[in-house]
Amino acid sequence: MAQPLEFEKPLVELEAKIRELKSFAEEKELDLSDEIITLENKATSLQRSIYGNLTAWQKTQIARQPDRPNFYDYVQLLFTDFVELHGDRAFADDQAIAGGIAFFNGTPVTVVGHAKGKDTKENIRRNFAMPHPEGYRKALRLMRQADKFGRPIITFIDTQGAYSGLSAEERGQGEAIARNLIEMSMLKVPVISVVIGEGGSGGALALGVGDRLLMLEHTFYSVIAPESCAAILWRDAAKAKEAAEAMKFTAQDLLRLGICDEIVPEPLGGAQRDYAITMENLSKALQANLTDLCALDTTDLLNKRYAKIRQVGVYSG
Amino acid sequence: MLKDLFRKPKYVTVSPTAPKKDMPDGLWVKCSGCGEILYNKELTKNLKVCQKCGTHLRMTARERIEATLDDFVEYDADLSSVNTLNFPDYEDKLAKAQAATGLQEGILTGEGIINGLSLVVGVMDSYFMMGSMGAVIGEKITRAVERAIAKKLPLILFATSGGARMQEGTLALMQMAKTSAALARLSAAGLLYISVLTDPTFGGVTASFASLGDIVIAEPGALIGFAGPRVLQQTMHQELPPGAQTAKFNLEHGIIDMVVERGQMKSMLAKLMRLHQGGC
Ligand SMILES: [Zn+2]
Repeated sequence: MAQPLEFEKPLVELEAKIRELKSFAEEKELDLSDEIITLENKATSLQRSIYGNLTAWQKTQIARQPDRPNFYDYVQLLFTDFVELHGDRAFADDQAIAGGIAFFNGTPVTVVGHAKGKDTKENIRRNFAMPHPEGYRKALRLMRQADKFGRPIITFIDTQGAYSGLSAEERGQGEAIARNLIEMSMLKVPVISVVIGEGGSGGALALGVGDRLLMLEHTFYSVIAPESCAAILWRDAAKAKEAAEAMKFTAQDLLRLGICDEIVPEPLGGAQRDYAITMENLSKALQANLTDLCALDTTDLLNKRYAKIRQVGVYSG
Repeated sequence: MLKDLFRKPKYVTVSPTAPKKDMPDGLWVKCSGCGEILYNKELTKNLKVCQKCGTHLRMTARERIEATLDDFVEYDADLSSVNTLNFPDYEDKLAKAQAATGLQEGILTGEGIINGLSLVVGVMDSYFMMGSMGAVIGEKITRAVERAIAKKLPLILFATSGGARMQEGTLALMQMAKTSAALARLSAAGLLYISVLTDPTFGGVTASFASLGDIVIAEPGALIGFAGPRVLQQTMHQELPPGAQTAKFNLEHGIIDMVVERGQMKSMLAKLMRLHQGGC
């Protein structure tokens, strides 16, 4: 398990105490079940009060927890017969983004997503899921392929952002992202995007233009990382907490703002605490949305997609 | 040309909200390229290009419209930003930007004429909160694109921006998708879109409409990229090589079609528009 977050510590300590008491009772063959039940009830209510009232910054931290399910976990647990496909056919195979074909409840679909690693070594290989242009171009290649074969597309969003480096600039990072935005808006197949962790700016959006945007309960989707926002606006990256609140970027905020279409509930304490429940919840949501979207004809699908994208933004006059 | 018969009388409308005020202020301006002190009036006459070293200094949206278009009628002049998220100090910043530039927002859009050719045009202004894109800029561009489609006119957008506007959070981010989706429809209608990148163009603007032109032009010396130079230096832990992210750099890496000097811009745009008329 990953390091507990600061606000989770009282709960983690209580849970440790319960475990200790249980093994003590077992060892000494004592009946401490009343005490244990009391403590377990206390833990449950503590859990509810902690996870029911998370601040935007706390959600940011949960969304970034390294033991949350990543792209490959979802692929493995939600789909069958996954075949991974590689490369942009022009420059390289960027492993910050992964994708391929699989069955979802019997329907062939194309799956693409930001691929965070499970450990440092894998994260280095995957550049911490911060794609280069070739990553976005690989994603686009796979999505065009889906379009050709009439397969729905499911994308998984989990990145702190597109890679910022000279190599990315030289190969047209801005163009690569922009190309995905324009082309995704015209794909003739249903496109469902799911934010499973961090939704970091344009680098996230480049896999996020579609018919439905689902967000797991403890995720965020932001125009800029809260640390960077604080550094630019208040010259103090330590004010990230304030920036996180100010930008209103949690799944709950974005549902209110009409950007997120549906929040997928996570098990109490976050997706990392129970993969099975997370998968079950997401599977249900994906199936329901897919059924809706597959019933539309192409013109209808594209008109509704345009209307959805078109309506975002508040102004006067 | 037949179109010329329907040409509107020459007049350049500007938002009626505030008196015109040129930026930077004052009689004299220091060239950011060579350090020469230049007489502002002369400089403006020379399209804000330093007479001494050729540096293309930044222009306001109005200056660029006056320099590039023979005729301009503004669209959506009264669209203005609201602080949807209650972001700290946002109203204040908007009010200051409006007072300093005389603009409602960081872009002017409208219909215009270049050398007798009608077009829909949008010009961003870096003096308005660094040309950052929020809901108003996204909406104005989208409406401009939709009007170009309805009127079957070519579209030219002059970009300059630091990126998406933080104070509007994810709503600002989504303007990237919105403007791009509108451009997809323009493209499907077979209409021409020329994107002109001016100094500086970065972030969410580079990563959306500004990179999607059928033809992408940059002004000499303009800095263009996704990540800003400071961010690049931070991630790379080293100084950037000289010339990184300039128009020339972008040309050499195949990211733009050409670099066009300001004095030649109008005739190049007209030529490109003419080349997109007819065909077999
Ligand atoms: Zn000079």
